[in-house]
Amino acid sequence: MRLLRAYTWLVVAWLTLPIVVMIAFGFNDTPGRYNQTWDGFTLKWYGRVFALDDLTRALWISLGIALASMLLAGALGTGIGYALGRFRFRGSGVVNLLMFATMSSPELVMGASLLTLFVSAGVGLGPVTITIAHVMFSISFVAVVVRARVLTLDRSLEEAAADLGASPWTTFWRVTFPLILPAVGSGMLLAFALSIDDFVVTNFTAGTTTTFPLWIWGATRIGLPPQVNVMGTLIFLVGVLIAVVGSVRARRQ
Amino acid sequence: MGEAAIELAGVHKEFAVHGERVQAVRRLDLTVAQGEFFSLLGPSGCGKTTTMRMIAGFEEPTGGTVRLDGQDVTGVAPHKRDVNMVFQSYALFPHLTAYENVAFGLERKRVARGEIRKRVGEMLDIVSLTGMDKRAPRELSGGQQQRVALARALVNRPRALLLDEPLGALDLKLRQQMQTELKRIQREVGITFVYVTHDQGEALTMSDRIAVMRAGAIEQLGPPRAIYERPVTRFVAGFIGTSNIIDGTVERVDDGVAVLTYGPGERVLVPTTAAAGTALEVSVRPEKIDLSREQPAGTGCSMLSGVVKDVVYHGTSTNYTVTTAAGPDLVVFDQNARDAEDLAGPGDRVHLTWSPQHSYPIGVS
Repeated sequence: MRLLRAYTWLVVAWLTLPIVVMIAFGFNDTPGRYNQTWDGFTLKWYGRVFALDDLTRALWISLGIALASMLLAGALGTGIGYALGRFRFRGSGVVNLLMFATMSSPELVMGASLLTLFVSAGVGLGPVTITIAHVMFSISFVAVVVRARVLTLDRSLEEAAADLGASPWTTFWRVTFPLILPAVGSGMLLAFALSIDDFVVTNFTAGTTTTFPLWIWGATRIGLPPQVNVMGTLIFLVGVLIAVVGSVRARRQ
Repeated sequence: MGEAAIELAGVHKEFAVHGERVQAVRRLDLTVAQGEFFSLLGPSGCGKTTTMRMIAGFEEPTGGTVRLDGQDVTGVAPHKRDVNMVFQSYALFPHLTAYENVAFGLERKRVARGEIRKRVGEMLDIVSLTGMDKRAPRELSGGQQQRVALARALVNRPRALLLDEPLGALDLKLRQQMQTELKRIQREVGITFVYVTHDQGEALTMSDRIAVMRAGAIEQLGPPRAIYERPVTRFVAGFIGTSNIIDGTVERVDDGVAVLTYGPGERVLVPTTAAAGTALEVSVRPEKIDLSREQPAGTGCSMLSGVVKDVVYHGTSTNYTVTTAAGPDLVVFDQNARDAEDLAGPGDRVHLTWSPQHSYPIGVS
């Protein structure tokens, strides 16, 4: 029993320590470039969070790409997930396999291949190619989550809607979609999270564009400013907020 | 009975199961009259649900024609057919309230708001759910959910209401209550009901007519009394209630009553036109048979004597299993109207008698 409790706290510490360090060093009153030793508490970095123009620009680019790829992967992935969960069609097995293939293929290889593809197709690298790449790898996650939900959905619900005079289109929007919405939502959050901190694939497809993770990677060699910790903390807090709201609403249902 | 609400003409349905063609429904001809309570009764896999789903439009027949009110609807999508269905699982929309569930069909038909409110309110009253309109399906009991499902279908005033084993998920008491309720509602709204069930008691209680189905075809079609009292095949006799089947050969025919004998004084009388020498299967319902310990004086009756093998007490009646010379053991239901000491016990010698009109020759199936 005591062993079990100790084990539990060990796991909790393992999961939260890095986050605690990230948050704490956002309050570090560091004088120099190196935010690695504790020099006392301050709130000044929160006041100067957008003081570094390059970093701020990188953050906005990342947010924009994450939002765009979340929406695109959400729409496309929902369609694929619904089709895979509801119908058996020629090639559905292949699509199913493809979903898992893209999820399990190494990011480095995927990034390098995408670079080859874009270059040989003569597409200029930038935010658009990054978004295409992000949609490409997050679509499977949305599809898999939505498919799982559709499979548990009682088929007679859609039949009942049709029986009551709803066209297939109305049936989807009035019955199916509201019922799979939680799955669509979590799939989209997953897509957002995958996109905003992606480094490997982004590095290959960015060209001269600098995203938030790319900026941090570049900055580590000359020392990370505390603003990075502040931004990380804020992104983390938004994530926590969404998770809490989600679980409260789920409990109320 | 009025004109036809539903007509199936030569309808059949094949499914491909693991590359093999399976006949789910074979060349079915069926007419359901306007305002009728019609039941499709049979064991699972007999094609009753497939038949109903072809009327609703969820399955397309491989061949044949489906007509609603004389109109050919074969190939018409379900949402364009003027019939509504009550699903076995109720299929209530979990994200909508009871009111929104019931209003769903009317909204699709673009009925005016005020009209919807009025009709949904009326319908919730009819199914005794007044004041439940804001509840979500999961906040309702099984019986209440069942009523919402019924109201949701009926509110559209369909040409026919299709019910797929709607009481299957309810407990016995509630099921019996809902049977009476369903019949009342059907009389009140005057809509044609097509009722799919495997429960013969349910079908007998509620239906105007019953089609007993087996292996994709109708075995017998008629009012409950005819189905129960005069089963035409061994299958129907066995499926509806309990039946005794006696095999024999016609010895002679007196005034249209065939006599089958099984020894001195052991005889079964059957009203039939079969000639002497014909092999017959005769069905007798257990409650038609009189059991007594004294030798009955009656003539002009079927009479068999035997030994009681088993006695099961059921409260209102006692069921006896009796071994006779006429072949398989016979089952006798005896109303518990007499004194307890009069009851026969296992091993007792008893005499069974019944009137000729309670024996029915059945076709070989």
